[in-house]
Amino acid sequence: MLIKRSEGRAARQRLAASYQGLSSGGLDRRSFLRQAGFAGAGLAALGAVAPSRARAAGAATGVINHAQPVQRIKNICTHCSVGCTVTAEVQNGVWVGQEPTWESPINRGTHCAKGAAVRELVHGDRRLKYPMKMVGGQWQRVSWDVALNEIADKLMAVRAESGPDSVFWLGSAKFSNEGSYLYRKFAAFWGTNNVDHQARICHSTTVAGVANTWGYGAMTNSYNDIRNSKTMIIMGGNPAEAHPVSLQHLLSGKERNRAKMIVIDPRYTRTAAHATEYVRIRPGTDIPVIWGMLHHIFANGWEDKEFIRQRVYGMDEIRAEVAKWTPAEVERVTGVPGAQLRAVAEAFAKEKPATLIWCMGATQKTVGTANVRAFSILLLATGNVGADGTGANIFRGHCNVQGATDFGLDVGTLPAYYGLEEGAWRHWSRVWGVSYDSMVERFDSKQMMGAPGIPTTRYFDAVTLPKDQIQQRDRLKAMVVFGHGGNTVTRMPEAVKGLEALDLLVVADPHPTTFAVLADRRENTYLLPICTQFECDGSRTASNRSLQWGHRVVAPIFESKTDYEAMYRLAGALDAAAENRNMPVRFREEMFKPYEIRDDAPTAESILREINRGSLSTGYTGQSPERLKLHMEHQDKFDLVTLRGREGTPVAGDFYGLPWPCWGKPEWKHPGSHILYNTNLHVKDGGGTFRPRFGVERNGVTLLAEGSWSEGSEIRDGYPEFTTAVLKRLGWYDELTAEEKAWIEGNGGTFSWATDLSFGIQRVAMEYGCVPYGNGKARAVAWNLPDPVPVHREPIYTPRVDLLAQYPTLPDRRGFRLPHLGVTVQNRSREVAPNFPIILTSGRLVEYEGGGEETRSNKWLAELQQDMFVEINPADAAARNIRDGQWVMVSGPENNSRARVKALVTERVGPGVAFMPFHFAGWFMGTDQRARYPQGTDPIVLGESVNAITTYGYDPVTFMQETKVTLCQISAA
Amino acid sequence: MARMKFLCDSDRCIECNACVTACKNEHEVPWGINRRRVVTINDGKPGERSISMACMHCTDAPCAAVCPTSCFYTTADAVVLHDKDTCIGCGYCFYACPFGAPQYPRVGNFGSRGKMDKCTYCAGGPQADNVSAEYVQYGANRLAEGKLPICAEMCSTKALLAGDGEMIATIYRERVQKRGYGAGAWGWRTAYRETLSV
Repeated sequence: MLIKRSEGRAARQRLAASYQGLSSGGLDRRSFLRQAGFAGAGLAALGAVAPSRARAAGAATGVINHAQPVQRIKNICTHCSVGCTVTAEVQNGVWVGQEPTWESPINRGTHCAKGAAVRELVHGDRRLKYPMKMVGGQWQRVSWDVALNEIADKLMAVRAESGPDSVFWLGSAKFSNEGSYLYRKFAAFWGTNNVDHQARICHSTTVAGVANTWGYGAMTNSYNDIRNSKTMIIMGGNPAEAHPVSLQHLLSGKERNRAKMIVIDPRYTRTAAHATEYVRIRPGTDIPVIWGMLHHIFANGWEDKEFIRQRVYGMDEIRAEVAKWTPAEVERVTGVPGAQLRAVAEAFAKEKPATLIWCMGATQKTVGTANVRAFSILLLATGNVGADGTGANIFRGHCNVQGATDFGLDVGTLPAYYGLEEGAWRHWSRVWGVSYDSMVERFDSKQMMGAPGIPTTRYFDAVTLPKDQIQQRDRLKAMVVFGHGGNTVTRMPEAVKGLEALDLLVVADPHPTTFAVLADRRENTYLLPICTQFECDGSRTASNRSLQWGHRVVAPIFESKTDYEAMYRLAGALDAAAENRNMPVRFREEMFKPYEIRDDAPTAESILREINRGSLSTGYTGQSPERLKLHMEHQDKFDLVTLRGREGTPVAGDFYGLPWPCWGKPEWKHPGSHILYNTNLHVKDGGGTFRPRFGVERNGVTLLAEGSWSEGSEIRDGYPEFTTAVLKRLGWYDELTAEEKAWIEGNGGTFSWATDLSFGIQRVAMEYGCVPYGNGKARAVAWNLPDPVPVHREPIYTPRVDLLAQYPTLPDRRGFRLPHLGVTVQNRSREVAPNFPIILTSGRLVEYEGGGEETRSNKWLAELQQDMFVEINPADAAARNIRDGQWVMVSGPENNSRARVKALVTERVGPGVAFMPFHFAGWFMGTDQRARYPQGTDPIVLGESVNAITTYGYDPVTFMQETKVTLCQISAA
Repeated sequence: MARMKFLCDSDRCIECNACVTACKNEHEVPWGINRRRVVTINDGKPGERSISMACMHCTDAPCAAVCPTSCFYTTADAVVLHDKDTCIGCGYCFYACPFGAPQYPRVGNFGSRGKMDKCTYCAGGPQADNVSAEYVQYGANRLAEGKLPICAEMCSTKALLAGDGEMIATIYRERVQKRGYGAGAWGWRTAYRETLSV
């Protein structure tokens, strides 16, 4: 059996051959070294490698010269969002070893398979080594200057002909905070909101769901804080594979407190193997499960009545909906027995503190936002928010997806969630030191400046749909992709058509990615080698909102550049192209003037300082580069559970990594906020309240907290957000310093806590113990969403057509400049379901990450997982004459899609359900595309992508794609 | 002297394979050679458990007993090592080993296997400590630097413990007492002729 990881030796013959010989050509540096007998001489014969690098390559065999000093440099793992510190040992500019980082309070020396193998990323046998362009269907090496000049000229041609909105800027959750922010700023200066990143396809619905409930779109507590929980529910997540180091904290909580660890999932995951209770549900029925739990909670009076009275708006409307979900109806829809759910509900409501942990099983759904809202409501009803051991512990996916989301790599907002309204643009124009009018001129129109752009889940629709169906001047013509896989979005057969129709495709990444090989493009395709974050300075925000500073381990290898340098040079090339074409627009000067430029790139420190000046709304203002570096230096001085710096140390009182919100200026020394909405602490000590973002009353009912306030608040009740007007009404306005007043009055006189760049409003509010954003109620009812109270809606493609009449999806609508079909597609289920009877769901493996190009190129990881597979239940396999380990064809209901993969027959999935991992690419519809990669850059392991099979279906709020529930058929191949 | 042992707490092991890649990375172990691997039983079913496995550095190691060239030796820390210059790749040790630890780089004509390779407990080989010749044949010698095996040091959930047998047994016992369950020290009876009672 080749695909079972428990038999690590199995497939070594077959792939070992392709590994040794490097199937698409090129010379494996290590095998070359072996032939050369480790001698340095002759290495310079490797044409692409500069002599200095070649000398270094000798040391890269891992031999540390123990006679010489070894430099130890700390950076952060570039895979998931846990934020493990990596300690690199460096000699002569080469990363020669990796040591455990015992002092990090997050990982305490440990790693998962990926984290223990990161050194390989920077040795880069399979990395993209120099810029390349496609000429007549063949890759050719070019210089950075040639590549950038040609790209810039083509971008300006698209701009001249179709306008700035015809370029799609796809960014990355692998950027540092500074890179994310710079890329968003770049898109703004280009004049479009068509800028997005991976959050769209992982937790966009979480951000929308929780921000609409209690104010901010992020994990409320931290991995470490789970050690305090007495009950934990993990629903729609498999952290044992996706966030392995987090299990250290979960299992510790389970052991310390003898806590209940309940896993609710369609799959008996590796996490479920360690649970005290496992609940199997039908995929796509999360809301009925939650309402089923609340049914028991309300029926038995287990809810936290005082918490609801003080801090929650609209719970009665939830009760009305929940009343419909009797145990019998819940079992009919979800398959979960009433008694089991009752026990789970009782534990969650009574054995407190309890936390709810979720990942993409909840979010990647057509009802993603509603799922997240239902989860949040369960937490609110049981009073499990805003204290130790409680909360919505949302495990995010990538190393900086939280930071990239915070800095607005998003079609709907500027950095720090300011939105796209005129006020937001004026605020950022002030921070950037440019005039608002000059920013308007960069866009097609003022209207487009305020219109949310096209999300990454639909970019290809915006290329291929008729022009009159897209609400912008023209279709997408060019796409610039930084750090993003091409196999991460559903409906790949249609993506192929979109990619083929683009005038220009630029991929800037350490690897060529699926984008480079998926479509049959012949010209106008460029690959730019970008280094990893290990070759770059900058901060990244882990899932728990802690920022960690990563120090550059080695200089960028081969000809790769940092994101900062690539953007800086591209801006310069765009200026030259504009000048050639007599276009008035310019980029570099205005965009980069606030920064310190060193070695042809802005420094991370200077970008972070600009972020600190402008990101008041999210409390990204206190985390100066100096404070972050101090924390990295004194990691050992933080408590494991509270994350607080110990007394008598340079970081005393601070929370590790200054988790946002970290209010005010760095010199105010706000400690950051370990737990959001925690009223047990003073705001200056990291306390908070729910954020009133949606007015102060609705239908005569107050939206402000009643009888609840954060510790030490002088307003002992709810209050709205602070503005100049509120300060005046409270009689506190004159406590602003002359300087603060001068700034406010000199810039128009009316500001809020989030736009006052003098920081005076924040300062005064906090002097009185008040939270600058106000003290409101969380909203159980979010009236601005399509479903103000979450309701169950069957997946677009469902096998339960008998439930369609009662629980239909939303009608067809429009959003994000595009049409969005609902019921029209769902009605196909009736004819599709008989031929495609198996529910297909997808997820992660521990060895790989995301689109997988990077990890499948890493030989330590590739060896462990050599084949794409589908998990199929023994009953389904027997009915189809499928044996374990044989080739099967998985076919989908759209585009005649199919994938040739291996069968893993297992009870891990229930009958009628199949699972495929989403990290594979390089085979498409049964065809091996290895030859399409530039020589020597093909990942070791290739395989079919699950997203070749996945189908239409989008969340109405964020256009999140449906990857967790679709239909398929499986047959022996 | 310490009596070095491995102990895998199967109630904590999540089969993340960090031990496997940490080992590969530390010693640059070639593709196809697995000094350490994770084995899962009842895969996908209730009762699923994983155990990280490598050479257990047995007391009276059976590999040493059957080796026709006597290439095995036991260090003062009770780590079982072998001399690749003496090894003839006969494969007897593979048949003798209860844990499937010995690995061979080649399977060629006439069954030639090449020199046996296995977990060294991050203690290198017979050469002087931490010289390049030792690294090329056996990998890093962390024990000589005062460090423990990298697999255990980097274990994501601290399931895999390495160190003096008494000390890791105490850690495990305390853990079991605190949480109230424990499947025991897997493989200890076979490797060390003793069990760990809690």
